[in-house]
Amino acid sequence: MAAPSEDKRKVKAVRKMKDIMTTYYIEAKTAEQTGKKVAWITSGGPVEPLLAMDVIPVYPENHGAMIGASKMGVDLCEKAEAMGYASDLCSYARSDIACATVNGGPIGGLPRPDMLICGNNICGTVLKWYEVQARYFGCPLFLFDTPFCHTEFTADMRKYVRRQVDEYTDFLAKACGRPFDFDRMKEVGRLSVEGQRTWQAVLDTAMNRPAPISAFDAFFHLALIVTLRGTQIAVDYYRELLAEMQQRAAEGIGSVPDEQYRLLWDNLPVWYRTKWLSEKFASHGACLVADTYTSAWCGSLKYMDENDFLGSMAEGYTRIYLNIGVDEMADTVVAMADKYGVDGVVLHSNRSCKPYSLGQYDIQRMVEKRRGLPSLMIEADMVDERAFSESQIDTRIDAFMEVIRGRRNG
Amino acid sequence: MNPMTEIAAALADAGGYARDLKSDTRGRTVGYVCSYTPEELILAAGAHPLRLLGTKQAIHRADAHLQSYCCSLVRGILEEALSGNLNFLDGMVFPHTCDSIQRLSDIWRLNIPFGFHADVVLPVKLTTASARDYMADVLRKFRKDLERSLSVTITDQALREAIDLTNGIRAALRRLYEIRAENPGRVSGSDLHQIVRASMILDRHRFRTLLEAFLAKAEAKATPAGTGRPTRLILSGGVCNAPDVYGMVADAGGAVVWDDLCTGGRSFEEPVPAGPDPIGAIAERLLARVVCPAKHAGLTNRADHLVRLVREKDARAVVFLLLKFCDPHAFDYPYLKAALDREGIPSILLEVEDPLPPEGQLRTRVEAFLEML
Repeated sequence: MAAPSEDKRKVKAVRKMKDIMTTYYIEAKTAEQTGKKVAWITSGGPVEPLLAMDVIPVYPENHGAMIGASKMGVDLCEKAEAMGYASDLCSYARSDIACATVNGGPIGGLPRPDMLICGNNICGTVLKWYEVQARYFGCPLFLFDTPFCHTEFTADMRKYVRRQVDEYTDFLAKACGRPFDFDRMKEVGRLSVEGQRTWQAVLDTAMNRPAPISAFDAFFHLALIVTLRGTQIAVDYYRELLAEMQQRAAEGIGSVPDEQYRLLWDNLPVWYRTKWLSEKFASHGACLVADTYTSAWCGSLKYMDENDFLGSMAEGYTRIYLNIGVDEMADTVVAMADKYGVDGVVLHSNRSCKPYSLGQYDIQRMVEKRRGLPSLMIEADMVDERAFSESQIDTRIDAFMEVIRGRRNG
Repeated sequence: MNPMTEIAAALADAGGYARDLKSDTRGRTVGYVCSYTPEELILAAGAHPLRLLGTKQAIHRADAHLQSYCCSLVRGILEEALSGNLNFLDGMVFPHTCDSIQRLSDIWRLNIPFGFHADVVLPVKLTTASARDYMADVLRKFRKDLERSLSVTITDQALREAIDLTNGIRAALRRLYEIRAENPGRVSGSDLHQIVRASMILDRHRFRTLLEAFLAKAEAKATPAGTGRPTRLILSGGVCNAPDVYGMVADAGGAVVWDDLCTGGRSFEEPVPAGPDPIGAIAERLLARVVCPAKHAGLTNRADHLVRLVREKDARAVVFLLLKFCDPHAFDYPYLKAALDREGIPSILLEVEDPLPPEGQLRTRVEAFLEML
């Protein structure tokens, strides 16, 4: 059977996603005129209560990804370094901190925040970053402190985080000058869970051979589950995307033409080289069929109760992928390798993200030991291109794919 | 005998010292990695708390587990464990602090076969009632974990005795710093540095005796003949593994008169308050102590503290001694520097790694800075 044409492989939803994101950013950037409040929030932060109070959530990390994808990261990172921030610090943080002072980047900076919501379930870096911005903008900071679950989520942790949910709704009532809207919260919570479920279903379509969607596609479609989680817009979009992916699967249309090998990606994308990496792997007939990053926004669905969102979000937000021990992360990787039927694992050792990257060597060994899967470690950074050596990575991917091919043929 | 001789001998081989101490006393030794570790509970369990402060060896075993962009302190601690130098430990305690120590805990748990493993998942936020309650909950859990792991009972009486001991040490360290701040000629920078390190490594009862003997001598010492007043400096940063810095500053005509270091002022400036509930009192200290940048106690606490230290100690300038790849400190540096600039307090940033770069480069920078002052 001839490979489907390039035209047929194009994902139709892409156009719609671009429109939604444009509308979203225009609304956020004109909040001052419309009288809406703007909150900056971390990617793993509890966004749903903001939506219940009609506050527009803005994501510096999504902005960081846009800065990286538009290759504006180095310039902004250098600006931050001139401000005194060490070049080893997170490149999302560096580019955002610099961007706030010059309103630079691909969309001329983010709208000024009325409040900052920091969930430290993804790292300790966000705390420092949001402290910097709270001093700069002089606006209130709410820290949603989710204790790290090395081996367990204790009753003490549950109590502590649950109390913070109440502190959070009180904080929002004060910031917005009206009582917290618990009725609206129920609807937002239901939509959030629905959106996460549908996003997981989209990712699940990659179990098909060939996979209709790749991790590189998912890096793009992810934007809504991050920024518009808890809205009907996200649910509708992912339903449409799911239907398209199911259709592609039925027709045997793969994300990569002539898919031969299936790989799993670990860590954040290399935003300024996603196209290059995608084409590089595709040239070997390899599709990155799954990744630990985009699935992190639906990984704790098992702890969520859509009928008691506020009650269950303490656990759901605490037990997310990055807030767990290295061994539990390795279990997740092994489970994904089994689920998606992969031939190998590609790990991005990301200088910007210590909680994601430190421990990767151990994960690599555990996955090799338990499933005999070969793996490749790529040294890079998600936004700062200075940490990316194209020729070296090119050679290493070739060598890795040689191993994968050898195992198939041997 | 001279207390410094005994201290220096112990520090020259801290692991060997702890190993001998353990066999001499047939006791237990519990390692830890951060100054938020509630030592009082370990002491009350009848064990010896031993703070790990990196390695003097070249790091290569740890390279199989930690990338080069992890700090040398965390990599060094793992190196020591992997090389077998710490296999006398009965257990290891990891309080929640930074992202790197958090992952060190996982990697240790999965790769180091000896001893029990305790994560003390402290709150990051220190400002709310719920965080206060959670802090005490975490300490109560740690008490149970220690009791189970070491097959002991930790009584409230033992906790009170441990609090008396650690508070006594803290008060003596403060006195030591005060003597030096009053007259830097009375306590040399290298003695100060060694004593602070020893406070985390030596048998605490023995250490207290040695420190009190040292203080008695230092207080009795005649004021050294003046060769001009040294330029008074404050040292700010994380763990100080660089004793040479005190010497460099002294050679260039300066003196470190106080610090805001994890291995320094931050470890002793706040005593455990009195109170009927020892666990609650220990929690209060951890909430109230001078904050580490990996924790959140407000937006300007660290800058306020640093400026206040400079004023109180009549210092002329600040030396930032930051460990490369230490994110929490690196994030705070620009705002701390700006706060000092606003007050007209000069500062210099020295970024260091273990082992220190060859003698010369740092020295030249310190000399140039002091000359500029």
